[in-house]
Amino acid sequence: MQSVENLVTQIQGLSSIAADVAALHNHLKAAEDMLRSESTRLLSFLEQLDPSKHSLGYLYFLEPCMYGSITKEQANTLVPVIARFLTSCAAEQIRLASEKFITLCKRFKDQVMLLEAPIRGVGPMLTAVRKIQPSTEHLTTLHPEFLQLCLSAKCYKTGLSVLEDDIYEINQPRDFFLYCYYGGMIFIGQKRFRKALELLHNVVTAPMSTINAIAVEAYKKYILVSLIHHGQFSISLPKYTSSAAQRNLKNFCQPYIELANTYNNGKVAELETYIRSNREKFESDNNLGLVKQVVSSMYKRNIQRLTQTYLTLSLQDIASTVQLNSPKEAEMHVLQMIQDGEIFATINQKDGMVRFLEDPEQYKTCEMIEHIDSSIQRIMALSKKLTAMDELMSCDPLYLAKAGRERQRFDFDDFDPVPQKFTI
Amino acid sequence: MDAEDEHSNSMMEEIYSNGGEESTRSRPIISGEQLDVEAYASLYQGRTKITRLMFIADHCDNASMQMEALRMAYDEIKKGENTQLFREVVKKIDGRLGPNYTMDEGWCDSVDRRAEQRKEKLENELNAYRTNLIKESIRMGYNDFGDFYYAHGALGDAFKSYVRTRDYCTTSKHIIHMCMSAILVSIEMGQFTHVTSYVSKAEQTPEALEPVTIAKLRCAAGLAHLESKKYKLAARKFLEVAPDLGNSYNEVIAAQDVATYGGLCALASFDRAELKSKVIDNVNFRNFLELVPEVRELINDFYSSRYASCLDYLGNLKANLLLDIHLHDHVETLYDQIRNKALIQYTHPFVSVDLHMMANAFKTTVAGLEKELEALITDNQIQARIDSHNKILYARHADQRNATFQRVLQTGKEFDQDVRAMLLRANLLKHEYNLRASRKL
Repeated sequence: MQSVENLVTQIQGLSSIAADVAALHNHLKAAEDMLRSESTRLLSFLEQLDPSKHSLGYLYFLEPCMYGSITKEQANTLVPVIARFLTSCAAEQIRLASEKFITLCKRFKDQVMLLEAPIRGVGPMLTAVRKIQPSTEHLTTLHPEFLQLCLSAKCYKTGLSVLEDDIYEINQPRDFFLYCYYGGMIFIGQKRFRKALELLHNVVTAPMSTINAIAVEAYKKYILVSLIHHGQFSISLPKYTSSAAQRNLKNFCQPYIELANTYNNGKVAELETYIRSNREKFESDNNLGLVKQVVSSMYKRNIQRLTQTYLTLSLQDIASTVQLNSPKEAEMHVLQMIQDGEIFATINQKDGMVRFLEDPEQYKTCEMIEHIDSSIQRIMALSKKLTAMDELMSCDPLYLAKAGRERQRFDFDDFDPVPQKFTI
Repeated sequence: MDAEDEHSNSMMEEIYSNGGEESTRSRPIISGEQLDVEAYASLYQGRTKITRLMFIADHCDNASMQMEALRMAYDEIKKGENTQLFREVVKKIDGRLGPNYTMDEGWCDSVDRRAEQRKEKLENELNAYRTNLIKESIRMGYNDFGDFYYAHGALGDAFKSYVRTRDYCTTSKHIIHMCMSAILVSIEMGQFTHVTSYVSKAEQTPEALEPVTIAKLRCAAGLAHLESKKYKLAARKFLEVAPDLGNSYNEVIAAQDVATYGGLCALASFDRAELKSKVIDNVNFRNFLELVPEVRELINDFYSSRYASCLDYLGNLKANLLLDIHLHDHVETLYDQIRNKALIQYTHPFVSVDLHMMANAFKTTVAGLEKELEALITDNQIQARIDSHNKILYARHADQRNATFQRVLQTGKEFDQDVRAMLLRANLLKHEYNLRASRKL
């Protein structure tokens, strides 16, 4: 049985080279129970350790401190300590005890939430995510935690830096669901609806054996975002959607599906009355803001349709066809849309006329060519990945065993006819 | 080339002249007047005459015309043996036509009694034939039964009896007789799927058909297509009807109807070239068109782009067409299609069109025209955009290059997204598989 003091010296001695660290890890594992019983004293020892050099030991000392309920005062002292540790710890050491690290981070998140200062956690968590990731393609349990912090702190931009990596490797489906759901919300916050739609679509169509609450919520948002972005929503899910989702999602989201149907009729007044009568449902789902955006997107959609048919149109006529109250309001909408690059038009205030122009993009600029080139590169990389995956799959023993079982055992083609010729 | 130029020039003149000249070129449009029920009814005979008269009575809001129709229906039924229809008509007349047109129980009873006797007699005869196993007699027996049921208004039974003769047909003449009877009854019943199948059966008989029969079959097929809203096919069938038809099929359709149905369906569904080659230059069909000069005029007007007068004719014909038993349900759709076709054809050759002039040509307001054009543009039937300020319609030529770029980028994006989503799903599935495998261990 070692004392805490002994352990500290061991940590200090064995933290420099990889082999020593492994040995240290074993020592620490053996001393885990002792550390837990001594948890009240541990904080004072931390000062003797350097979080950047003795990361593993630091982690083992810090983690037991977080057990049990923690008051606000305690949290106030702990949070800066952990934040410093997270920013300065050595990635290769903490990866040895990744589970401990993850629980530490989770507790950390709980504490910043307790202090009602989620923004204090965003920075340290981002570095934590980066440190525990083996590569940017891996999804870790920390991803959703981090995104949730970003959402609570409204630091959407910080969240984007993680979301922009393409994720392929997943350990826990739950992580993936939450990651996509929170990620979708962050993109909605940034009004990047295309990406939001993609992430939410991933949640809805992900393979699942039973329906889950995350998917249901995601589907609600998916309907709304789809209306905002595409101006339409098709009720049918793609073929690859799991049967559980196909069967159940619609029943859970009835008000939203009816909303989409009302939207498809194209009458703003109808849509507004429907929303008014179902307001509390949307409110209780925290989706009222999005629902309001759906209404304004309908005006936009209708104005956009006008650009297809008209070259010039008076603001008065726009207001009456789009069902706005006054030409002034129509002007505001048109102006906003021109600013956002959604339509190309000029307003002649003297005559109250709007002149719709064609898309000025001629696909001749250097930027456009660069953009196309990068798209090509990206797709080439992607298709390489696809081939690699396909090869991997066709070599997988489990897959081959299954595929072989399904095929007829003695296929006539299996026998090579060539040797027979040689026997003559 | 020159000829073409000349043609387009003359067309331009037509278009310009469209608005003003209309008043001077006033042709008598006969059908604009109220339908002459008596003349109309004289075109038909048999059951269809009665049903058509009753249809008019049901669908027209002019009381005197309604009474006229009912009176003629009453008289016509009295000639036959259909007591069921008789009761219906009497109920509809409701004593409004005086004492001569009330319920005649005596007549009904005597007809019913006679029918009862005749039925018994027919049954006995048929049974005798069947025991003797004489094919021809059995066929005749069933056929008589069919005629009997038909006369008494039991259409379903009539159809069954006629169809039953089929097993006893020995020559193709018999088969055709059977088919014609079945078609007649099916049209009366409104069962147009039967009509199509029996038409094709009749056409498949090995022997060459008489021209009149062919014409009749074409009419029946045309009606069936019309009923199933396949206007183009209907038009083709009606256009193929030979002039031999004459009045020989007036228990179903009059020659005038062939012209009207065929003409309107052709206008609604054919393009210009087809209209010229299959309708205007069609010698056979011209004979029919002569019977209904309004339809002939409106087709010619349409072809030579005199849309205002064409639409005028259409407008005048409308009230009467709405009283036609077969065309009634389709008038609105056909009219819409013809009007849209006219609008599209009008705008097609121009780079820019003055909406005032066009509105004049179509006898409508600029605002109304704008709405119609807007619908057509949204539907992608006209490639143009409206300059609402100067009231000019500009043709729009899609930039192929830009469109291609746009589509390529879009496709790339979609592919990118799909593949990534697929890889993710594959990984999730793999995970699930691993999870299950590890649980087994």
